[in-house]
Amino acid sequence: MKMLNRRSFLKGGLAGGAAIAAVGTSKQAGAAGQSFGGYPDSMGVLVDLTKCVGCRTCEAACNKEQGLESPDKPFDDLSVFEEKREGGLPRRTTEKAYTVVQKYEVEGREHPLFRKVQCNHCNEPACLTSCFVNAYKKTPEGAVMYDPTVCVGCRTCMIACPFYIPAYSYSSAINPVVKKCIMCYDTRLKFGRPPACVEACPQEVMTFGKRKDLLKLAHQRIGQNPEAYVDHVYGETEVGGTAWMYLSDVPFDKIGYDTHLGDQPIISYVKEFLAIVPMVLTIWPALFTGFYLLSNRKDALKNEDNKS
Amino acid sequence: MGGRKKTLVGMAALMLLTAPLVAQSWAGDGPGSVELGSLANHYSAVTFDHAMHTGVATSCAECHHHTTGASPTDPTCARCHEAGGKSRSVACRDCHSDKRFSAEDLAKIEETPKMYHKGKLGLKGAYHQKCLGCHTTMGGPTGCQDCHTRNDKGDAFFNSGKYAPAPTAKAGH
Ligand code: SF4
Ligand code: SF4
Repeated sequence: MKMLNRRSFLKGGLAGGAAIAAVGTSKQAGAAGQSFGGYPDSMGVLVDLTKCVGCRTCEAACNKEQGLESPDKPFDDLSVFEEKREGGLPRRTTEKAYTVVQKYEVEGREHPLFRKVQCNHCNEPACLTSCFVNAYKKTPEGAVMYDPTVCVGCRTCMIACPFYIPAYSYSSAINPVVKKCIMCYDTRLKFGRPPACVEACPQEVMTFGKRKDLLKLAHQRIGQNPEAYVDHVYGETEVGGTAWMYLSDVPFDKIGYDTHLGDQPIISYVKEFLAIVPMVLTIWPALFTGFYLLSNRKDALKNEDNKS
Repeated sequence: MGGRKKTLVGMAALMLLTAPLVAQSWAGDGPGSVELGSLANHYSAVTFDHAMHTGVATSCAECHHHTTGASPTDPTCARCHEAGGKSRSVACRDCHSDKRFSAEDLAKIEETPKMYHKGKLGLKGAYHQKCLGCHTTMGGPTGCQDCHTRNDKGDAFFNSGKYAPAPTAKAGH
């Protein structure tokens, strides 16, 4: 199957949807159009990829803090770096691992580069804006949280996330729930403490602080050591800015980062989607009634057939 | 540890009174070995052979920055601390906090807007970046357990040793 880029899929879907629901969208679109820009004092994490040694201590810390299932392999087993998904892609986050470390062999770099992946806790999260039951929320501290009790399992957030983060737990077939990094919100962040991975990392790859202070720090680090970094803080502007931001010595597009996401929050596309939701809600009951009547009619016909 | 610290402070005080040239020979007078154990949790303490490392390092400043009075080797530090800028303590933990990112430490940064070293590493980060950084370029040991053996609590944390997941029969997945 040809893999569709999630965002073009979403945009395409929205365009189609918007055409159907062209009437009466302007009001909601206007309301959703105000850019929010993020909470002013929200916290964030600056990840300095040049310092990561790929020890996976952060993965172990996450597993314990979040009480996740025990892993398939020990956390000191480095063979996981060679595991590849379909298409030769490295491991990604799953319902059992909210953070994973990936290894990149970069030409001309003496040592491999390691990259820790987890939810970036976007300022204006696409998962949030795409969710029509409002299962997600962005807390003033910066974490993007979700409420499994209202989630209906439609998986729109998985498609909307530009970083391919939300995973699904199917352990309960009746109530599948989204699983992703919550920045240790309920055990740590809301008490002003850093996420478990940040604290566990031996190399202090991650710096925890106010997002606005981290940005200054990031640019200071680049300025003081311009040979050691590319002049780009990934996440400063991408999709409207993210709470987790990255410094690297290798151009970001060479180590799996999407550098074509643009600076606009994905809400700009999704607001059209939001606008059609009420329409969907009004159309669907009618549609389902129609299906119900149809199937009843079929059953009735079948019964008649059986009788004769 | 307290005794050693006093000795160091005493020596530093003495050096203040003597000619600057004497500072050069001071390197060999540091502690023979240091037990680095204040952070020990999943691993045992590290017995750091200070004497051996002073023999390898070209200057005290390679690890101690400007604090021993030697001129810093990092040009970024030298911009302000060219002359050395000896400090009251040369112990890592007296500048690098073992409570990095605690509410207390974050508040201190917040309340001191003019603080320059806002991004100063915590104690654990300082140890590892310094040790591993040099060991990588100099070909020293870089494996976790080359320097500190993991304890039982550490094995449980890493789901390793006797806590390793049982090999599953499922092929693929
Ligand atoms: S990275 Fe994905 S899951 Fe995380 S906040 Fe952004 S859109 Fe949502
Ligand atoms: S704990 Fe730190 S150094 Fe180790 S893999 Fe994670 S981010 Fe990298």
